[in-house]
Amino acid sequence: MVPALFVGFSALLLVSALLVVLHRNPVTSALFLVVAFCALAGIYILMHAEFIGMVQIIVYAGAIMVLFLFVIMYLNLGADPERGAAIVMRRLVGWLAGAIVVAQAVLLLAGRWAIGPAGPPLDPSVGNTQALGVLLYSKFLFPFEITSLVLLVAMVGAIVISKGRGGKPNSSPDPSPEATFMGAGDARVSPMLRPGDSITPAASIAPAGEESP
Amino acid sequence: MSVWDRLSAWFLGLPLVHPAAVWLKAHPDPAFVILTLLKIVFILFVFLTVVSYLVWAERKICGRMQGRFGPNRVGIFGLLQPLADVVKLLFKEESMPGSVNKVIFSIAPGLAIVPALVSFSVVPVGPGLAVTDVNVGLLVFLAMSSIGVYAVVLGGWASNNKYALIGGLRSAAQMISYELAMGISTIGVILLVGSLSMVEIVKAQAGWIHVFGLPLPGWFVFTQPVAFLIFMITAFAETNRTPFDLPEAESELVAGFHTEYSSMKFGLFFLGEYSNIITICAIAVTLFLGGWTWPWHWLPESLQFIWFFVKLAVLVFVFIWARWTLPRFRYDQLMDLGWKVLLPVSLGWVVLTAVVVYMRMPR
Repeated sequence: MVPALFVGFSALLLVSALLVVLHRNPVTSALFLVVAFCALAGIYILMHAEFIGMVQIIVYAGAIMVLFLFVIMYLNLGADPERGAAIVMRRLVGWLAGAIVVAQAVLLLAGRWAIGPAGPPLDPSVGNTQALGVLLYSKFLFPFEITSLVLLVAMVGAIVISKGRGGKPNSSPDPSPEATFMGAGDARVSPMLRPGDSITPAASIAPAGEESP
Repeated sequence: MSVWDRLSAWFLGLPLVHPAAVWLKAHPDPAFVILTLLKIVFILFVFLTVVSYLVWAERKICGRMQGRFGPNRVGIFGLLQPLADVVKLLFKEESMPGSVNKVIFSIAPGLAIVPALVSFSVVPVGPGLAVTDVNVGLLVFLAMSSIGVYAVVLGGWASNNKYALIGGLRSAAQMISYELAMGISTIGVILLVGSLSMVEIVKAQAGWIHVFGLPLPGWFVFTQPVAFLIFMITAFAETNRTPFDLPEAESELVAGFHTEYSSMKFGLFFLGEYSNIITICAIAVTLFLGGWTWPWHWLPESLQFIWFFVKLAVLVFVFIWARWTLPRFRYDQLMDLGWKVLLPVSLGWVVLTAVVVYMRMPR
């Protein structure tokens, strides 16, 4: 049963990943990416990495892709109308990059580099999650902390960009009613959006929203 | 021995001459699939019956709160009203506007109900009475609640209607903001139990504890009151219920994300909302109210699922009570509450719990 499930999840992953790239409608592409993430989570679970599998769904399929969809819908992106030389260029670069990745994968598999020596079997009394936690906070503590620091820097950067340059309160353009259309009443919401105040709800969720036409 | 084990023993204990029994004994994988499907069908029937009577209970309670009787024409006390509603929804004409994205428009209502049903599969109703006891049960619930937002977002977007789109966008922002606080509020429980399995979490709450010399049941609501409060507030937001029902705020958005839906597609959204309420209350009972446990031994083990349903009914009543009592939040208030109050408080509570767990650790 496990090999059959593995083949099923892999086929689903490959087909949906291809459709992400080949479909012209951005919303449909994003949805196929969600399917791909879920198929990947299924493969993780088949490999007894149930914690990684579930976190894959929570973080990627649940949080990140909802933000992607949010931005796509907020900007109301339609099918890509671009034609001519630019699209040919983009496709060429895309196929080139894809070919390099495939070649690398074939080389790795042919040279059997990917298949290392099997690690020691896990203690069945300690679950996969506990084992992962112990490793993360002992052997891999430094990479873990560095990753957290990088994420913190990205977060601070996003806040700085969304608040604009400090010092002059009126330097950034005044948010139009369209930019705060999710607010119940513009007159009540707008005063909260002045720079120097707290982070605005719309800006903290979708910083790209304020640039929408 | 649980009911399921007995059922499978009975099922596999058919006379060996029976061809079905011979085949199942020889093929453990298909036998596992068939038995699991039987469990799922049983739970599904119970679950959907409970959901349809939740709708009836809500209409009755809201009627009482507003000085009315509620449904009382179909059957005694209106008890057949859910049946009549379902028949009406099934036979209504279905209209689909010409401008919708047909595929996504049709997928969205199904997505509303599936996550709720999947997360209910990890809830232990009684001793041994869970569809499955996976060792990452709590994460399954969090994963499904993060998937649940797609129904509203896609339904709102595919309708190609400005009210529906605004409802969908609001829902996306709201659910992402409150999911964080919800996930973090459960970490205190995980720290105390040391396991993500729902059955382990319930077992850790059996018996009595002493808080400052006061004997209390071992339920985590007494040791984690702040986490319980945050979990319940975020549960209201996750299920899009009043006071957080901005995605379907009828005074501003017609009907929000399901403006264009009719017939059974609307019915599935409706069913999904109530299934979500049941599931999230069941999770709250499991995490904070001790699941099937009761401090006194009043019932034999095979009947302890009754305590689970009693606690579930209390929490579900709180949901209905709040809906007909509280007014709706404004959008900026909702975001302020999520990011500036619930998230910092839940993070602080996790730090406090971790410190207490560390101090009490035997060294």
